[in-house]
Amino acid sequence: MCGGSQFCDSPPKYNRRLIGLIPRLISAGGSVSDQLFRAMRQSIIDGAPDMATDLAQQALANGVDPLEAVNQGFAAGIKFAGDQFGCGEMFLPDLLACAEAMKAAIKVLEPEMLKRGSEREALGKVVLGTARGDIHDIGKNLVATILSASGFQIFDLGTSVTPEQFVAKAKEVDADIVGVSALLTTTMAGQKAVIEALDRNGLRPRVKAIIGGAAVTSKWAAEIGADGYSRNAIDALELAKNLMGRVINKGTVQA
Amino acid sequence: MRPSIQLLSPELIGRILREAFELLMNPGVRVGSAVVELLQSAGVNIDGGVARIHEPLVRRCLASAPREFYLYNRQGEKAVHYGGDDVHFDPGSCCVQMLDPETMEARQSETRDLVRIVQVTETLPQFAAQSTAVVCNDAVVSNNAGNYNDAPSAIGDLYRLFVVLQHSDKPVVTGSFSAAGLQGMIDLLAADSGSPDNLRQKPRAVFDVCPSPPLNWSEFGSHNLLDLARAGVPAEIVSMPLAGGTAPVTLAGSVTQHAAEVLAGITLHQLAGPGSPIVWGGAPAIFDMRTGGAPMGAVETAMLNLACAEVGKHLGLPTHGYLVATDSKLVDAQAGAESARSAMLGALAGINMISGAGMLESLACFSVEKLVIDAESIASAQRLARGIEVRGESLATAMFAQTGLSGEFLQLKETRALFRQEQYLPSSVIDRSARGSEPPSDVFTRARTRADELVSKYRKPSLPEDVLRKFQAIVSHEAERAGVAAAPPMN
Repeated sequence: MCGGSQFCDSPPKYNRRLIGLIPRLISAGGSVSDQLFRAMRQSIIDGAPDMATDLAQQALANGVDPLEAVNQGFAAGIKFAGDQFGCGEMFLPDLLACAEAMKAAIKVLEPEMLKRGSEREALGKVVLGTARGDIHDIGKNLVATILSASGFQIFDLGTSVTPEQFVAKAKEVDADIVGVSALLTTTMAGQKAVIEALDRNGLRPRVKAIIGGAAVTSKWAAEIGADGYSRNAIDALELAKNLMGRVINKGTVQA
Repeated sequence: MRPSIQLLSPELIGRILREAFELLMNPGVRVGSAVVELLQSAGVNIDGGVARIHEPLVRRCLASAPREFYLYNRQGEKAVHYGGDDVHFDPGSCCVQMLDPETMEARQSETRDLVRIVQVTETLPQFAAQSTAVVCNDAVVSNNAGNYNDAPSAIGDLYRLFVVLQHSDKPVVTGSFSAAGLQGMIDLLAADSGSPDNLRQKPRAVFDVCPSPPLNWSEFGSHNLLDLARAGVPAEIVSMPLAGGTAPVTLAGSVTQHAAEVLAGITLHQLAGPGSPIVWGGAPAIFDMRTGGAPMGAVETAMLNLACAEVGKHLGLPTHGYLVATDSKLVDAQAGAESARSAMLGALAGINMISGAGMLESLACFSVEKLVIDAESIASAQRLARGIEVRGESLATAMFAQTGLSGEFLQLKETRALFRQEQYLPSSVIDRSARGSEPPSDVFTRARTRADELVSKYRKPSLPEDVLRKFQAIVSHEAERAGVAAAPPMN
């Protein structure tokens, strides 16, 4: 069920007063962290990096577990934004702003997570780039931003990337997924070339190949033997998560 | 700059009015007996039911007609501005049939259809007003002899308004079916507003009143004009010449006849109630030379509506037109093309109230799905009419100062802050998505889903108990007056 109308009719706004309340909220215990997590979630939904930074700092100062802050607070905002985007109530600029706020929060929390040895385990390693000869990268950048904000580790090779470069990077970082974007029908052949190169180098099926772009269809994906395709960045997130599920399952079976 | 469109030169408007004034003297205007005394006391010569109305009297009446007025919602807030170039849309009125989305066949419209139309209209911001969109053919009441009457033939006009007022807070475009039926409807609105005086101060509804082409203010039409003027409830003259059928075949000739009919109406109206709000409106159309029908989707029909409104604007009066309708029997590409282009034209013309959305089959059939699709065309037309606006100090240089040549505009704060103002963001009715693995859906299917979503979002207004009781008393009283023993089922 899409709760979108609520967002659309009255955009929830971050409650500034809450920041000053945090120490009191935390010391009071109980539902306190719930309120804090709600504020964190809201700072992401509002796309407010300053607020997200502020809340992350406050959380650290008050001894909140940074991993919990991410998982129960900030990441919930990204999830909400993704759902809202999915049902047409949020738009690309909103989504990017949410991702920016997420990055800001992670930047504050990451050192403490490292120190505690509780760093957020990456959902997976993804190598991204646009197909050879294609310099259109808005879609690819969106996928990078959304996947990154959702916990994937992204290795972005930029635009007009050769099959060899994709293969080399995938080997170097031990990638789980390689994503190739192509806007033009003329550069879509480059997606096929990457998949063939991954096959030639024996990287598949361990490494999953996904494709995207304006002219790309599920039919094309099937034709070139891609492991998946998505129409937009939010669908790409779902796709990547599903593929990681398969990667992990496979790993378990092999072990 | 607000983009606009003009079809008539100032010289042509001058000629149209000159000939319209000539028509009012020769052949004159047929009028109902209700207005004979009123016209005679103003010095009009009436012979054999035909009045010859002289220009100075018409000019005097034009001078007393208000340049603008507002319709108010139930909360008493201004919701529709009749005047200037402000543009509003409402659904078409008074259909007798409904397109069944399941069978794709037209069937008699019923109370449940009107309720659904009102619910959808209430939730769509594109519609500033409701209309008494369809006749409730199921509202059957028994008369004193135990015979059953259809409410439409007895108190159907009142019943429609009764249904709409219970389900909506928005202003209403309505009309009565008979001279006798009007008072009950005014009583209903007065009960809604609290008193007849409140209704006069903050009218919630406007009444369409139609002359019969050519140049005939029938008993019913004249009577309604008088009663509305005296009650201070806004009237909207809907003159409907059919070019080539009941009016000259030339568009300019039909616009001239339209002007004469509306000028005569304004004269009657302002003589009865000087200063009472009145709209220069119409539903002019060409006469189809194959079918003998009135093709509402024809481009010439749109041209007539625009030209008629231009004459009204020239006189400084609030305007109305009948657009956003189609002649197609299905909600198909013809329906979309005809409705969307006339919505665009009407918005560019700055017509204050544009009726017709949701209508199929040259106004014979209503479709909720079409209403939902038309809302998208209307939103696009409203966007077009807003034109290209300048926001901020620079047009592009300040944004380039941030992006350089990186092309990263999507990330800019300005993008997020301004895209909702710059772009109309369509609902799920409009498909812009990339092809997925599912087969693509058609717009009718999406509109059906959207209509269901809107209905589930809709909340019925809570009317005070005493107002509801007054409503029911009025409906019962009018039913009795019309010779039907019981009121229609309360909704």
